[in-house]
Amino acid sequence: MAIPVDQPPQFAEVVPPLTPREAEEEALRCYYCYDAPCIKACPTNIDIPRFIHHIVTGDLKASARTILDANILGATCARICPTEALCEGHCVRTHDSRPVSIGRLQRVAMDYAMTQGVPALPPRPRHGSGRVAIVGAGPAGLGAAAELLRAGYQVEIFDRREEGGGLDTYGIVSYREPVAVSLFEVNMVRQLGAKMHLGETVDAPRIRALQRDFDAVIVAVGLGKVPRLAIPGEDLAGVYDALDFIEATKVGDFGAFPVGERVAVIGAGNTAVDAATCAKRLGASEVTIFYRRGEEAMSAYRYEYEFAKQDGIRYQWWAQPVAILGTQRVNAVRFSRTRVDGPVTSRSAPVQLVEGSEWTVPVDTVIRAVGQEKTLELWSALGCRVADGRVVVDPETYETSVAGIFAVGDCLARPGEATVVQAVEDGKRAARAIDRMLSEKSAR
Amino acid sequence: MADLSINFAGIRAPNPFWLASGPLTNTAYQVMKAFDEGWGGAVWKTVGEPIINVSSRLGSLDYGGRRMMGLNNIELISDRPIEENLAEIREVKRRYPHHAVIVSMMFEANPAVWRDMVHRVEDTGADGIELNFGCPHGMSERGMGSVVGQVPEYTERITRYAVEAASIPVIVKLTPNVTDIRAPGRAAVAGGAHALSLINTINSVMGVDLDTWRPIPDVDGRGSHGGYCGPAVKPIALHMLSSLYNDPRVTVPLCGIGGIETWRDAAEFLLLGAGVLQVCTAAMHYGFRIIHELTEGLNDYLDQRGIARVEDLVGQAAPRIGDWNDLRLSYSFQVVARIHADQCIGCNLCYIACDDGAHQCIERVPGETAPRVREEDCVGCNLCSLVCPVPGCIEMVPMEKGPVETWRMRERRLKTAP
Ligand SMILES: Cc1cc2nc3c(=O)[nH]c(=O)nc-3n(C[C@H](O)[C@H](O)[C@H](O)COP(=O)(O)OP(=O)(O)OC[C@H]3O[C@@H](n4cnc5c(N)ncnc54)[C@H](O)[C@@H]3O)c2cc1C
Ligand SMILES: Cc1cc2nc3c(=O)[nH]c(=O)nc-3n(C[C@H](O)[C@H](O)[C@H](O)COP(=O)(O)O)c2cc1C
Ligand code: SF4
Repeated sequence: MAIPVDQPPQFAEVVPPLTPREAEEEALRCYYCYDAPCIKACPTNIDIPRFIHHIVTGDLKASARTILDANILGATCARICPTEALCEGHCVRTHDSRPVSIGRLQRVAMDYAMTQGVPALPPRPRHGSGRVAIVGAGPAGLGAAAELLRAGYQVEIFDRREEGGGLDTYGIVSYREPVAVSLFEVNMVRQLGAKMHLGETVDAPRIRALQRDFDAVIVAVGLGKVPRLAIPGEDLAGVYDALDFIEATKVGDFGAFPVGERVAVIGAGNTAVDAATCAKRLGASEVTIFYRRGEEAMSAYRYEYEFAKQDGIRYQWWAQPVAILGTQRVNAVRFSRTRVDGPVTSRSAPVQLVEGSEWTVPVDTVIRAVGQEKTLELWSALGCRVADGRVVVDPETYETSVAGIFAVGDCLARPGEATVVQAVEDGKRAARAIDRMLSEKSAR
Repeated sequence: MADLSINFAGIRAPNPFWLASGPLTNTAYQVMKAFDEGWGGAVWKTVGEPIINVSSRLGSLDYGGRRMMGLNNIELISDRPIEENLAEIREVKRRYPHHAVIVSMMFEANPAVWRDMVHRVEDTGADGIELNFGCPHGMSERGMGSVVGQVPEYTERITRYAVEAASIPVIVKLTPNVTDIRAPGRAAVAGGAHALSLINTINSVMGVDLDTWRPIPDVDGRGSHGGYCGPAVKPIALHMLSSLYNDPRVTVPLCGIGGIETWRDAAEFLLLGAGVLQVCTAAMHYGFRIIHELTEGLNDYLDQRGIARVEDLVGQAAPRIGDWNDLRLSYSFQVVARIHADQCIGCNLCYIACDDGAHQCIERVPGETAPRVREEDCVGCNLCSLVCPVPGCIEMVPMEKGPVETWRMRERRLKTAP
């Protein structure tokens, strides 16, 4: 099914673009620092002062070129990067005023590229030649592909979905990032020369087969579904996986997951906020996020938390579901009070149920938003070394213990720090390592 | 990709952006670093009998929260021994054969000295010589710099000393501290100059500290007039550049200097007749790295307009600048202000500007946000549209009012009238 790019009004992008005047004023606030801290705080090292300076001089094409040169997903990142933790958090103007709105300025340049055409990117030096297969067309896979293509390699990307973009296309709520933005980026990589094989699931035997046909294989499969809560009643109608739930709103299937009036979201990360605000937009009147720890340990970014509160989402701290009640469809959740042994800010301190504290909350819908499953079976089937629940890679090259297989992006499963921008950077680094490897081969 | 390379009076460079003679071009370290960043050429810090400087030396005019809209300096020419400068120039030229290396020189008015120095400079392999007839401070009090540039006979004579000794192109750098730039320009051409560059800095006093009443910049409580440059001087430079370009007696290529900070400034200088551009203040402010934005922006501009070579831009707009006497008089042609009410934000700046500072032809309309122009009274001065903070809100609409007539035409008509 083709994804409709037009969204109903409540799913339209909430942050408006800067007006030309706002953009000019904001761009002039940049001091154009040398060796700027914002650049270092960006995982992809976008030359931020330079792209902003290009906006000042009215050359949006050069501004877009500067961004895309470092980060092919600049349009997604302009919208969803946790900028206060990254570039803007390190802006020198936090000392004398407020930080420059780098994300929104980046969007000005990226909107230009989306509407007026993508500038040709400066060529990368060509060291070697060869073919690289990439499994997964999400941010990590696209980041690797762009880098390899620009260095002259042939790239084929495989993805089990009908569209590329990974979670940008299927998982980020459209009022933060419209689908069209993600599809635009996929298309940019296609224009750079990537051959896309969409709708193809690649398993371990297939990866081994790809290894025979390609000089290197990059695995960028992200993470899996939301884990089950392992409590009674979980299979009742009306109990949803947050990612499936959000995805339906992205592909325009708004009736797929009816929400009713009262919705309980389990978990307090960014995904929980996205699911909760989606439920509100689908018509639920009372949406509550339940978390088994306190506010101090919540993993959602501050701006996500603020966004949820502005949307009228309620929070219940120290509450863990112990059973989901109902006959055919869920009609209530039974919760127990909790406490932790250890600091309340810790996300790993063991959680204890408080005996006799249980209570029942009537709800029409339960949404699980407690993280994503790891893809360990794939790695063991490939024979890649795994430690601490994640595949082990060389920190410089991203090569797994199986020579010629590289892993990038969320599937490296660094808990709590999964971001699009880091996935892109992983992809770039693996691409550069492959470039070095294959150029040594060509030199021989 | 447009072709940014240039051939200026026989001097070739990969692009038209050169560093102007000044603190940026003091040493081989700096010039080589600049070439590595992408600058097309550099004019070495003026070489002469080593001088002794004072401290402090620079003062800034800040405006609206932005730094260094104008910069003033009381620095003299190079304080390094001539041999040291020449050895480093030789080294730079050896390592960067395709970049333009120009040596700025300033010596006393003695032909033998010039002959000797020109030969020593040529011996380094430098691509050209620039005669600094421009510094308005310090050197001028010793009979060099702008005192030469202010007296056409001196300009011509010393230019000739250099040209007669030189086998490489000689560029004469002019001072703007004159009433009509064409006089020294013509004199330099008469002396044999192969090209002119302009402007050097403008005489200025930056200001006074209101707490201490000391001048800015402050040398132990005293100050002196210094040379003014940076974005603020661009209009002065553009005027002088275009008047030389349009002067039939100035037949040599021109190098534009003064307030170039962005590719837009560069394009304007090119359009008004500069074949090469020199930059000083902007690179002192932000570093050599600005060359990336300059070349990228200029290239995008040329591509967007379908212009293949930067040299095709040179002088394209200059013929449009000329005598006031050749402008159409207002009964023949005028513009009229029109306020687009849908864009108006209601600041009333246009109203008060016209009422107090122009011709009282904007009215406020009770109950409406946007003021209205009484078009029949508007003289078309532009003031309202200049103070309006919303781009495009006040449009200056051209109006044909009668047959074409300029002052010159009018005078002729009245004289021949029966
Ligand atoms: C709800 C939600 C909100 C988020 N919000 C933000 C945010 O605001 N800011 C931010 O920076 N990050 C956010 N993230 C995280 C971000 O989306 C991820 O870090 C990023 O998408 C990781 O990219 P990836 O390429 O590693 O994985 P993914 O985006 O998951 O892409 C993996 C791709 O691999 C494909 N695939 C998987 N298995 C196979 C297979 N066997 N064969 C073929 N193809 C396969 C998938 O179909 C998918 O297209 C959010 C994540 C979620 C879930
Ligand atoms: C600190 C300073 C020192 C300068 N020294 C010289 C010099 O030695 N010789 C010279 O020809 N011009 C000198 N100049 C003038 C510049 O070369 C240039 O003509 C002028 O600054 C205008 O350009 P700008 O507006 O880009 O700065 C100096 C300028 C500054 C700011
Ligand atoms: S820039 Fe500052 S540190 Fe450098 S010489 Fe000048 S006064 Fe000294």
